[in-house]
Amino acid sequence: MFDRDRWHEIISAIKKNKLRSALTAFGVFWGIFMLVVMIGAGNGLKNGVYEGVKDFATNSAFVWTQSTTVPYKGFKRGRDWNFTNKDMQTLRDQVPELDVIAPRLSGWKINRGENVVRGKKAASFSINGDYPSYRKIDPCVMVYGRYINNDDISEKRKVCIIGERVYEVMFDEGEDPVGKYLRVNGVYFKVIGVFRSKNPKINIGSDKKESIYLPFTTMQHTFNYGDRVHYFAMTAKKGYPVDKVLDKVINVLKKQHKIAPSDQGAIGNFNLEKEVRTIGYVFIGINLLIWIVGIGTLIAGAVGVSNIMLVIVKERTKEIGIQRAIGARPWTIISQIITESVFLTTIAGFVGLAFGTMVLKLVSTAIEQNAGQGEDEMFFINPEIGVVVAVSAFVILIVTGVVAGLIPARKAVQIKPIEALRHE
Amino acid sequence: MSNKIIRLENLHKSYVMGKNSLHVLKGIDMNIEEGEMVAIMGSSGSGKSTLLNILGILDNYDEGAYYLNDILIRKMSEKKAAQFRNKYIGFIFQSFNLISFKTALENVALPLYYQNVNRKKRNAIALEYLDRMGLKEWAHHLPSEMSGGQKQRIAIARALISKPKIILADEPTGALDTQTSYEVMDILHEVNESGITVIIVTHETDIADRTQRIIRLRDGLIESGESVNTGAETSAVAG
Repeated sequence: MFDRDRWHEIISAIKKNKLRSALTAFGVFWGIFMLVVMIGAGNGLKNGVYEGVKDFATNSAFVWTQSTTVPYKGFKRGRDWNFTNKDMQTLRDQVPELDVIAPRLSGWKINRGENVVRGKKAASFSINGDYPSYRKIDPCVMVYGRYINNDDISEKRKVCIIGERVYEVMFDEGEDPVGKYLRVNGVYFKVIGVFRSKNPKINIGSDKKESIYLPFTTMQHTFNYGDRVHYFAMTAKKGYPVDKVLDKVINVLKKQHKIAPSDQGAIGNFNLEKEVRTIGYVFIGINLLIWIVGIGTLIAGAVGVSNIMLVIVKERTKEIGIQRAIGARPWTIISQIITESVFLTTIAGFVGLAFGTMVLKLVSTAIEQNAGQGEDEMFFINPEIGVVVAVSAFVILIVTGVVAGLIPARKAVQIKPIEALRHE
Repeated sequence: MSNKIIRLENLHKSYVMGKNSLHVLKGIDMNIEEGEMVAIMGSSGSGKSTLLNILGILDNYDEGAYYLNDILIRKMSEKKAAQFRNKYIGFIFQSFNLISFKTALENVALPLYYQNVNRKKRNAIALEYLDRMGLKEWAHHLPSEMSGGQKQRIAIARALISKPKIILADEPTGALDTQTSYEVMDILHEVNESGITVIIVTHETDIADRTQRIIRLRDGLIESGESVNTGAETSAVAG
C-alpha cells in the first residue's frame, strides 16, 4: 500500500491547494466531531440516569395495597385491607417463580417530630422494617458494621442499621457507631451498621440516606403492627418475566383477601423491569437520532470531499491523460484518486475524532470538579465514546472516503486519454 | 528492414458531434517498416493528429484494420491499451507534457512505475537515460526550472525508458526555436539509429526533410508518401 510516488502525488495535490483542502477536510472533520460529541453526550446522559440505579435489581417489582374498587362477596367497595405475614408465606408456597420476596414496614405513624434521639442530638428520620433479603433488591455497601441478618429477625433483636445522613447527624465525624444506641420513638436500638445504597436515586417511601432500618419482626412487635406487611418487594426467578409473575402474585393475594378478580385498583404495583425497558427504548431512540444526524453530517462532509475531488480530477485531466499515454492503467488512476480521497477523509476524521474526544474529556473533567463541591444531583456524568464506536466511526470514514472518491475516479477514467491530452 | 511494424488497411475514422458527423480519415492504407523514420505532414484538419492518436492507441477507429507488430489493435479494453502503450509506444508531445510537480528523474521513471519496477531500479535506469540526454545534473530539478529543449529531451528520455518499438512524436519541435529543434531532431535520429521506429507529425518542411520518408495527408487521405524521400535519406545517411 505504501507507495512513495502515489503519496508524493497526494501530498503535492493537497499542498498545492492548502485552503481548499483544509475547507474540504473541515466538512468531514465537523461531521465526525459532531458524531463523537453527540454520542458522548448521549452516553453522558445515559450514564447520569443509570448511575444512581444501575445496581438495583431490574427484575423486581413493588406491591402494595389500596382500597378495593369493586364490591365482592358481601364486601362493599372502598374497603381498606392489609397484607399479612401469612400472605408472604402463601406467595412463597404458591408462586414458585418468585425468587426474592422482601416484606417491608414503613413507620409512617411513628415518623413524627424528632423521633430519633441520642444524648443531646435529636432529629427526624424515617423508620423502616426490613428483611435481610431486601439487600438483594437494593444492594448497598456497609460503611460500618453489618446488615440485618436472619438471627436479628428470628430473635426480634432491638438493633438497627442507619443511613449515611443519619450517621452524619447523630454521630461525630469518624466516630464508630457500631454498638452505640439510638432512641427511636422512645425505644433504644443498638446500631449494628451504616449502609450506603448503591442506588441513591431510587427511593421508595423515604430517602434512604435519612432512614433507619429495623429488623422487620422487631418493628412489628415493638411498634404494634401486628402481622401487617405494608408492602413488599419481589424479584422473579431468572427466565421469568416480572409481568407474568406479578399477575400470579396479585391473583393469589386477591383470592386470600376476598377481592374481586376484576378489581384493578385494590393492589398497587410498580414493575421496575417495565420501567427499565421503557428507559432503554428512550435511549435507543436517542442513539438512533444521534447516529442519523451524525451520519447525515458526515455524508454532507463526504459530498464536499467528492466535490473537491471532482475539481481536482478536472484540474488534473491533462496530467491523467499523460499518465495514461505512458502506460498508466485505469486501475492505477482510480486507486490513486480513491487513496487521495480516503487520505483526506481519514486525516480530517481522525482530527475530528481526537478533537471530539478532547472536548468530551474537558466536559467530563469539569463535571467531576463540580460534582466534588455540589450535590449529587448529576444527570450527566462521564460522557464518553467506546472503542467500538470509535472504530466504527473510523470504518465509516474510510468507506465514506472510498465512496467520495469513487465518482470522481470513475469520471477520471471515463475521459479518453486523447481528450485528456487535448485538455488545456 | 522488411518487417512491417505498422500496417494500416483502409482505415476510417469519423467524429460524431451531435447530429454532424465529421469524416476525418477516409481510408488510409499505410505500411511502416521497423526502423524507419517517417514524417507525417499535412495541413491542419488533414487528419494527421487523428492518425497519430490511432497509431498510439489513444483513439479508436471505425473501419479497417491496424496491425501493430502484427497484432490487430481493435476495440481494446483500456487496461490492455495501457499495457500496449507502455510496451510498444513512446510518446513525445509538442507541449512536452511533463508532470509539473515531479522532478526530471521522476518524470523519466514514470513508465517503469506503471510496470511495477521498484523505485531504486527505475531511478537508476532513469538516471542512465537522462545521462544519455546530457541532463544528469538536472535530474532533481522540476520541469518549470528548465528550458524548452531540456524539457523535450526529458520527454524523449521518458519515451525511451520503456524500450518501445515506436516513438510517436506529435510536433516535437513545435514549441522550440530552430536551433533547439535541430538538436532534438539529432537526438531522434540517434534514437532511430538504435533501431526504433520514429514517426513524427509535423507541418515544418525542414523537419520533415530530415526524415527518410514523408507521408502527406490531405482531407483524410494519403496524398503521397509511399515513395521514399530520397533527399531525406541521403541526408540521413550523410548525418
